[in-house]
Amino acid sequence: MQLLLESLFNGVAIGSVLLVAALGLAIVFGLMGVINLAHGELIMLGAYTTYVVQLIFKLPALQPVYNAYVLVAIPLAFIVSGVVGILLERTVIRRLYGNPLETLLATWGVSLILQQFVRSVPLAYAAGLVLALVLGFSLPIILPDKLLEGPRARLVRAGSWLVSALAGVLLAGGLASQISRIARATSRNVDVTAPKWMRGGIELSGMTFPVPRLVIIVITILAVLGITWFLNRSVWGMRIRAVTQNRSMSDCLGISTDTVDVLTFGIGSGLAGIAGVAVSLLGSVGPNVGTSYIVGCFMVVVLGGVGNLFGTVLASFAIGVLTDLIGAGRLLSIWPSMPAPLASVVDFFATTSMAQVMVFALIVVFLQFRPAGLFPQRGRMVEA
Amino acid sequence: MLKAFQQRRWPLVIVWVLIIAAIVAAPAVVSGFGLNLLGRFLSLSIVALGIDLIWGFTGLLSLGQGIFFALGGYAAAMYLQLNSSSDEPNGIPEFFGLYGVDQLPGFWQPFHSPWFTLIAIWLIPALLAALLGNLVFRNRIKGVYFSILTQAALLVFFNFFNGQQKLINGTNGLKTDVTELFGQQVGSALMQRGFFWLTAVMVILAWLAVRWVVRGRFGEVLIAIRDDEPRLRFAGYNPTLFKTIVFAMAGGLAGIGGALYTVQSGIVSPQYMTVPFSIDMVIWVAVGGRGTLIGAILGALVINLARSQISTFWPEGWLFILGGLFILVVTALPEGVVGWWQAGGPRNLLTRLGVARRIGTYPRLEMDGKEEVQS
Repeated sequence: MQLLLESLFNGVAIGSVLLVAALGLAIVFGLMGVINLAHGELIMLGAYTTYVVQLIFKLPALQPVYNAYVLVAIPLAFIVSGVVGILLERTVIRRLYGNPLETLLATWGVSLILQQFVRSVPLAYAAGLVLALVLGFSLPIILPDKLLEGPRARLVRAGSWLVSALAGVLLAGGLASQISRIARATSRNVDVTAPKWMRGGIELSGMTFPVPRLVIIVITILAVLGITWFLNRSVWGMRIRAVTQNRSMSDCLGISTDTVDVLTFGIGSGLAGIAGVAVSLLGSVGPNVGTSYIVGCFMVVVLGGVGNLFGTVLASFAIGVLTDLIGAGRLLSIWPSMPAPLASVVDFFATTSMAQVMVFALIVVFLQFRPAGLFPQRGRMVEA
Repeated sequence: MLKAFQQRRWPLVIVWVLIIAAIVAAPAVVSGFGLNLLGRFLSLSIVALGIDLIWGFTGLLSLGQGIFFALGGYAAAMYLQLNSSSDEPNGIPEFFGLYGVDQLPGFWQPFHSPWFTLIAIWLIPALLAALLGNLVFRNRIKGVYFSILTQAALLVFFNFFNGQQKLINGTNGLKTDVTELFGQQVGSALMQRGFFWLTAVMVILAWLAVRWVVRGRFGEVLIAIRDDEPRLRFAGYNPTLFKTIVFAMAGGLAGIGGALYTVQSGIVSPQYMTVPFSIDMVIWVAVGGRGTLIGAILGALVINLARSQISTFWPEGWLFILGGLFILVVTALPEGVVGWWQAGGPRNLLTRLGVARRIGTYPRLEMDGKEEVQS
């Protein structure tokens, strides 16, 4: 019984990391049909945001509230990744709608650039750049319309960008002078130290539950609930679903499909940022941290059925539990009297990487029977 | 070539003579290291030809060609290792001793034979590609799903080869430069020169073979699959069969390229199966021009030469350039450089700049053969 519980917990823990990482991809891929290979790098940006926030909270002025830095990091990571995602959508992806293979290549190019960016640009300056971008894009939205439509509209716009740039420079300069660790570029991995309350584990009936894992599970649950609520209950969620179902009809009914595209992509990318916070709690953060998640994320989305959030949830937990069962060799402890040849096979696959081999092979076998995943999209669509 | 003379296409003959002269003379002109690089890039262009065949002509974007590339490399390296390990204890390659293995794993046995190896280099990747491809195509999984699954398969093979020290030396890979072939060390200048010529000949043969394939009726079916697969199926063809065959061909070409690359780089390791390397292969074709065979060869050569040059004097910049190239080629230059050239790109550019005069034609002529296909 205890063995089963422990196995289940580990499976859920692995699955929830997968789920939070794949959630944004499920939205971008499932709702927009865009293959975003830069998703892993958006996760990486979220992880680096956590790192920077943590360093800022180590400053003497903020030391008393250091323990709460994770709570600040989550929304910030959402914004950072979301803004980068929106920028990506506006500059590259919007030219490529309807051409999934081309988006795949273009976003791979973006991911290479982002990887090299965090290697060769000091994080302090990167933070300044992001601040400038966020302000620059949001000021025209925040400012009253009267100012923007007046005779000096152009001046106001230029002014708002100037202010944003100045804020960015100030932030970059301030960070670089205060925190020497992010004043220079490095390609080495960095470590996010968890606050005190997140170390160790909770003991419960003879089992230990590591707190970071629990936090990630909570983050995942909140993210899934939030996004489900947003898509099903809010006005913009309804518009997103409408555009997904029939783009031209939604356009005719007065929904701004352009805004919907930006919003969907921004939210999907922002979720990648939240995944980055989760990932940074598990291990060290490096320029390549996203690459290790991206293929797994795609497998989750494909297995779950494209455009189905519930499928994504189920698929990631299924993959998580299976990975744990195979990778930790739990099958042997569940069934000790296994025949010798079978036992040697189980033993062969009992490492993390070999478990991945087995799980992916199983997914390919599964797709033989259900080519469209667990929950295929139903509709009167002609196979194109 | 005689036919070309009769048809007064002697410029073509001159080009061929120049190419052959360049290949023969290259070892005399280029330094040993440069020749080795050139030979490696030529073997990569064989892989690019395969990708052009499946992507440019059939519309299948495989992100897993690294599997077949590495398998070809491993097949060659296994033979070379066995061939030069008769003096070792137990008569098996040295690295096995590190892991306490004293008996050759069964699947190594056939690689004692040079003939088996020569066939295995292309046949094993081709068979694997046919198997994987058939499993996917049978279910009408296509487009991006195919790409994602090939990428997942790549990761599976990477993990497998990376983790199995006792079978194939795991992450360290198999070295070939210190092994012996025909009584010579493979890494020696003499052997490397031979491999360069072999690679150059193989590139030309592969180009001729792929050209023959895409120009025939088979090639027309491939293009039909790319442009409108359901319509082809309604016309009574079985796209699955054609796709499987063409994917196997590309796998075989990747295997040959991998074997030639391995003997010239001196090692084969799971690094050949990493995700970035396989996607890079695609960009060679995209930049050169998919659907144009020369474009694939030139793309592989030029991008890899650029990489080796730029990485030496500006190592940080290469990923920025490569990433920018990915974005540029899909947004601004979807036909690739050669495709752009063939479509009259230079002239259009000059016209737009106001240098050359605009040529008036009937709109019909400009549209001919280029109608948009409704999807």
